[in-house]
Formats: sequence, structure tokens, C-alpha cells
Amino acid sequence: MKILISNGRIVDPASGRDERGDVAIAAGRIVALGRVPGDFQPGRVIDAAGHVVAPGLVDLATRLREPGHEHEGMLESELNAAAAGGVTSLVCLPDTDPPLDEPGLVEMLKFRARKLSLARVFPLGALTRGLAGEALTEMAELTEAGCVGFSQAEVAVADTQVLLRALQYAATYRYTVWLRPQDGALGKGVAASGALATRLGLSGVPVAAETIALHRIFELVRATGAPVHLCRISSAEGVELVRGAKAQGLPVTADVSINSLHLTDVDIGFFNSAMRVTPPLRGQRDRDALRAALADGTLDALVSDHTPVTPDAKHLPFGEAEPGASGLELLLGLTLRWGEELKLPLVRSLARVTSDPVRVLGDALGSLASSAGRLVEGGVADLCVFDPAARAPLRGQQLRSQGKSTPFDFEYTGFELPGRVRATLVAGTVAYEAR
Amino acid sequence: MTTILLDAEALYAELRSGVRALLDPETALVGIWSGGAWLAERLHRDLGRSGRPGVISSRLHRDDFGSRGLAGGADATSLPFDVEGRPVLLIDDVLYTGRTVRAVLNELFDYGRPASVALAVLVDRGGRELPIAPAFAAARVSLPPSQRLALAKEGERFTFSIEDDA
Amino acid sequence: MLSRRHPQLNRHGELIHLLTIEGLPREVVHHILDTAGTFLSVNDRDVKKVPLLRGKSVFNLFFENSTRTRTTFEIAAKRLSADVINLDIARSSTAKGESLLDTIANLSAMHADMFVVRHGESGAPFLIAQHCAPHVHVVNAGDGRHAHPTQGLLDMYTIRHYKKDFTGLTVAVVGDIVHSRVARSDIHALSILGVPEIRAVGPKTLVPGDLREMGVRVCHDMAEGIRDADVVIMLRLQNERMSGAMLPSAGEFFKSYGLTPQKLELARPDCIVMHPGPINRGVEIDSAVADGAHSVILPQVTFGIAVRMAVMSIIAGNEA
Repeated sequence: MKILISNGRIVDPASGRDERGDVAIAAGRIVALGRVPGDFQPGRVIDAAGHVVAPGLVDLATRLREPGHEHEGMLESELNAAAAGGVTSLVCLPDTDPPLDEPGLVEMLKFRARKLSLARVFPLGALTRGLAGEALTEMAELTEAGCVGFSQAEVAVADTQVLLRALQYAATYRYTVWLRPQDGALGKGVAASGALATRLGLSGVPVAAETIALHRIFELVRATGAPVHLCRISSAEGVELVRGAKAQGLPVTADVSINSLHLTDVDIGFFNSAMRVTPPLRGQRDRDALRAALADGTLDALVSDHTPVTPDAKHLPFGEAEPGASGLELLLGLTLRWGEELKLPLVRSLARVTSDPVRVLGDALGSLASSAGRLVEGGVADLCVFDPAARAPLRGQQLRSQGKSTPFDFEYTGFELPGRVRATLVAGTVAYEAR
Repeated sequence: MTTILLDAEALYAELRSGVRALLDPETALVGIWSGGAWLAERLHRDLGRSGRPGVISSRLHRDDFGSRGLAGGADATSLPFDVEGRPVLLIDDVLYTGRTVRAVLNELFDYGRPASVALAVLVDRGGRELPIAPAFAAARVSLPPSQRLALAKEGERFTFSIEDDA
Repeated sequence: MLSRRHPQLNRHGELIHLLTIEGLPREVVHHILDTAGTFLSVNDRDVKKVPLLRGKSVFNLFFENSTRTRTTFEIAAKRLSADVINLDIARSSTAKGESLLDTIANLSAMHADMFVVRHGESGAPFLIAQHCAPHVHVVNAGDGRHAHPTQGLLDMYTIRHYKKDFTGLTVAVVGDIVHSRVARSDIHALSILGVPEIRAVGPKTLVPGDLREMGVRVCHDMAEGIRDADVVIMLRLQNERMSGAMLPSAGEFFKSYGLTPQKLELARPDCIVMHPGPINRGVEIDSAVADGAHSVILPQVTFGIAVRMAVMSIIAGNEA
């Protein structure tokens, strides 16, 4: 169907465009941007007056929970959540059950996602078989099946030799390895080490768990030349190490989760299990460093870290609760909130969830690399139309995701999220529309 | 509203005479905290008794724990004699529903089995809700339920005040 | 974060659960101690019972075994005329996979009025208090490393009994503080009651630097920690809670941090020695000290029953 999105404020971080105009869509592509030829006959007009028309969001960290964790989430519910959140492309983690270490599993996942015609799904393949940290996976086959990179999810590779070999092998094909910098042994605690964890009697994860892991990764990158994307930086010290590594020219990129960007350990309050996330929430100083680093580009992307969890898994004492929180439907609002707080123009704040994540993905996106995460004539029509002035309290029960637990529930934070998605289009089809 | 003037000092003199008649050498004098305790202390002195009088609190046996919770306060029971087989004379300032005396009796019996228990009060204001009767009361008055009668001590002098319960 | 009312207080600021000492106003702590004094006298009567909790059911939910603590709660509840039911959770439904909240719901259906809970995870009693029926009260008998409020209160009662005034004292807490819920509760209580000098004494693996944020002076040298102390609280070395490789041996610990008569000479001559029990003789404390004139370890146990009676009767009388 031909669609005209009229009178919106077109914001495209990739080109720096921020101006009023129309967008014409046909055959799944943007055929005109800004000024639309008079003879364009749309089958549908979306009036975007008072709204921003932006590229659809690209989320580099989502858990879809299929296969294997269907009690926590299913493709349908989670991709609907993505669409409701304005997310048109997402990268999903391989820690499913079974893990994504076989091309057949990846193909099945991509096939099922394609049939739903909601967000585009780009799976990360498991770096090692079963994520066990011992034997390498068939990275070329997995890439052919659709993987955009390789990851161990939360599972640390204990044997450095194995990690070295994995990076060497990935470097052969210029595949990016996505690593969570967290030392296995030091990372076993349930809260960030510090005064709060000590006072509450919670086992701690010291900052050294992140810095030691970063040092190890950087040395291996130096040795192998493998490009690495660092997932979920959580500390001020971690930020400094990433800054240093980039300054030295190492091929690394990094992301930060919405949780670490906005919350601190104090938010745990009276042992609120909704705050149990990994990496654990750190202190004020860390949060401030992460916010500044995302602004200056030391951190390349902001991710939802969407990890739906059942209520039963949260109705447990803090240390026993399953870590995780839903985030797809919050990504836009929390990006806007961060941007407002640092007084950044929309073209800059939105970059961290559109053009920059695409830059991180690079060649892995194939032909999509030139148009995903941006608005360009001839490019794919993946868009998000939203009202930037709207504000609403977030209520976990109203999320479309199967996981209703979020630390940003109004009940806990008392603040309202900016931005209300009016419509999300993927490949020129309306994937979500607000009632 | 009619005000009744009660001369606490005059009533005390009456009480002293009444109590003197009730006391045996072995009788233990015990004041119910707080007004009764003051009275018992002065009676004990004025009647030339040795040692010191007992003080007894109703706090742990009150029947309104369920609605009012555990009352705060400094009251504590202190009985400097062996209750077992002793005749006991309880002293209180105001006798009203009788529930405080009931609680005090339960408290007393936690310490042993007295030979007998009698009660002497400064004022009996009627309104009994339990079958409890004083052996002696210096005055009998009738007050509406909305008014509270309270004994106060200024130095060595006793006074009565009548307060409206808001 | 939204600042919210502490879950253990109702909207009038009255105690409806006892989950932690942290955040209690000083008057509330003194009220509990005063009430405990009243109940201490009950133990001297012929009839050691008062009817305050008559008709109420107190369920002892011990997810972590402790015969000692469970027994003192049982005695305290029975002296208040409550019916006491002991639940051996480790061997029952939870072992079969029933969730904590399902267990609570089932017990509530059996008309429990009060849960006394000991659990291995910090924060568990908060979860229970949040999810149980409004008329049900929760007493934390120890949660993970976080708090053991009745122990903290009975320790304060003990100090008040022997030292009267908190505001001039030097108190040293010695040993495995990082794993100790007793230590945390003691530190909060001492702070609330205005003790000016609170010292945490032990090796760096057991006494982390960020304890300073709780208002204590961290001492890794035993002599410095004990010097001129009015009160020394020795903690049990928690073998079962250490995840290995924190201490080389009990023997080495005793050499540096064990309380011996010689080390005790550094404290004030009228110093009292406390221990939450059970004591490991020859590990954290020498027998000569445990049985000696400074030790008030046995009175602590007696005070513990009165303090628990006070806590249970106070919270049972306040509505949610």
C-alpha cells in the first residue's frame, strides 16, 4: 500500500535532518522525503502534525525467549512489544534453550519472525557450543543462516585460551564478537559491591569484575585484531577503559542498558526484586559517567536489554529472584528522557538508538546497512512516528510484553516517561498503531 | 453542664479512716498504678506501717489489648511481700466499670494465691460493667460517661479534676 | 526513587512488623527496651504467663535451622499465651518446590496471626510482609546477612542494663562482620541510641572498608579496636557462610582476633563481653573470657526472651 505521512517533524540522526515535511512510502521503501511530488496517490494518510517522524529504533539487545523459554515470552508477544515501542530492528541474544548454536535453529527463528511481519530480527549466534565456553561454533554457517555476530550472552568464558581462539577464528571472517565484560568468579554477586550492598547484606559484584574482564578482552583484541562489541558497560571505571581502548585505535564498540543509564543501587529500596538486573545497578558516580559517555560517543548505543521474566521469578527474595526486566517498550521514552536531561537535540539523542546501532552492526546487516536506522530516499521504510511531548506513567501490567516486571514502573520511580508512539512501520507496513 | 466539686483532701481523710478499720497487721496494702499507688503510699505513711506498700499494674492483663494495643507507660508491678496466703487490700482512686480491678486481680494471682482480696477507693462513680464492689468508698458520685474523673498530685496535696472526653 | 514508608510501620508510625532496626526512631527502640523490662519481671512470678497473645497463632518459619533462636521465640510466645506452631520448612513443602509465597499463603489460610521467619536470603521477610494478609505480623528472626533485629535489641537491652547510658560508650564489634546480620543490627541500634564510638574489628576479608558508611570506625588491628572499649561484642566465625578462601584457618584468626584475658586487659576494667551465641571456644573467644567475670553471655539469653515478648506484644497490638 502507498502511505503518506504528512506534516511531521522529520528527524534523521544519520543526515542531521530535523525539519517539517512529508514522507511518501511505496513498496516497502521511502520514495520521497520532505517534499512529496503532487502526483503521489497514497492509499492511506497518516497525519503526523505535532509528531516526530524518525527512523524505527534499532535495539542491540533483546531476549525473545524463543526457543525454550516460552513461559517467559514468545515471539509474538515480544515482537508486538517491539512494535509498540517503535523498534523496527532488533538483535536477539543466543541464550535460548537450546542456545542458538545450530544454523537450523537460527533459520527457524528468522523464518517465524519474518512471518509475523513485525520487527526485523537479527540473531546473535552462540560463540561456543551450548555457550559452554569450550568448543567453537560453526560461525560461517551461522552467519549464512542470518547471525550478525557471536556472543556468550551472560556466560563468561573461563578458559582464556578458548576465548583467544574464538576471537582469532572470528577475526578470520571479520565477524564481530559481542562480549559482556564480567569476570565469571567475581561476577557471582547479586548487587553491586559498595555501601548499599554491605548495608543490605547482599553479595556484591565488585567493579573489578568489569574492569578485569575489559582488560582481558582488550589484550585479546590487541592479539587477534578481532572486532568486539562490549555489551552493557556499567561503571565509571569501565567507561574510562573503553575510552582508552578506543583512543588506542582498538576495534571496539560499546553499549549501555537503559537500566544502568537511569537507575542506581539505591533504587533497590526495600529489596525490590524488580531492580534485580545484570549487570547490577551501580552508584550515582557510575550513572553520571555512563550518561556523559553515551553523549560523547564513548558508548555507541543505548539498548533495552529486554529480558522478560515471569512474576513468579520475581516474587522471590532479592538474591533468589531471576535477574531481568522488560525494556522494549521503554527504549524510546528512556532515550528521550536521557536526551532531555543532558539537553541534547533530538538528532543526537535518537542517534544512539538508530544510526549508531546500525554502525555497530556494520556489514553484518548486508544490504540493509545502507538504509536501516536512517531515513533516506530509496531506503527501507522502517519508521517510528511519535509524540515527543506526551508524558505518561509507566505501568508494568500494561506492557505488551509477556514480562510485566520493569524497574521503571511508576509505582517504584514515580516519574513519567516522555514520548508516545503513534505508529510504527516496518518495510512500509504498519506494524503498530496507537488506538 | 453542672460541675461537681470534689475536695480530694477531705475525701482522703475519709479514706484513711475507712482503711484503718479494714487493716489487719498482716494485710498487705497495694496501690493500683497510678492514682491508687499515690494513695497507698500516703496511707502507708499516715498509718505508720513498716516497709513500703505494693504497687500493681493492670497493663499486662487489660481486656482492650486487641483494640488499643499494648499501652505505653512506666507502670510495673512491684509486690514486696509473698502473696501466697496473705490478705490483700487494693487501693484505687476511682472505681468505674471495674475492668481495671479485674485485670489487677489477674495480675495479683500470677504471683500466688492470696488469703483474701478487698478493695478501698476514694470515689465510686458507679457505671459498673463487672460484678466488683468496694469494701469502702469515701464518696459515691454519678458522672456522665463522657466525663473523666482524674486524681492529680501537687506536691503532697491531692486534687480531683473532671475532664470532658473529646 | 520514590521515598516510601518503611514496610514495618503503619501510617501512624507504629510498628506492625519487626523487619530491621534500621530506620527505627530512637523513642521506638527505647519503648521496646522499656517493655522488655516489664516482661523480665514476668519471668520471676509463679505464673510466668500473661494473656496478651491468647488465642493468637504464632508460626515459627525457620528456613534456616536454629534450635536456639526458635526455642527462645517459642518460649516468648508461650509466655504471652500464644499458640505456637513450629514449621520445619527445610524438610517440607518448600523442598518439594513450593514457592515461598505459596507457603505463606497456605499458612495464612490456616489463620496464622504472626510469622517468625528465619531465612537464608537477605530481604526475605520484606517479601513476606508485603504479601501476607493485613492482620498478620512478621518478626524477622534473621535474614541472610542483612538483619537480626531481636538480637540487636536484646544486645542493646544488655548494654543498657549494665551501662545505663549509651551516649558516652565505646563499643567494639569483633569478627566476621561482612557475613553477620547480628553485626549489622547491632551497628544500626548502637547508632540510633547515640553511641559515639562504634568500632568494627577484623581482617580486611571480614571487615570491608565500606562499613564506614554505616557510621563505624574500621579497625584491622585488634589492639586498636579493643583499647578502652566499654563493651566488646564477639561474633561467631561463620564457617557455613564463608565461600572458602576468606581465612586461612580458625587458629590464625584466634591468634590475631580471638578474645583472650590478655587482650581484654586493653579494654576498660569494667568492660562487658557479649556474644550472640553459640560460641566457638578457642576460635573467637577464649574459655577463660567466656566464663569469666566480664562475660554477660548468659544474661543475654534471659534478656532475649523478654525482648522477644516485648516485640511480639507491641506489634500484635498495632493494626496495619
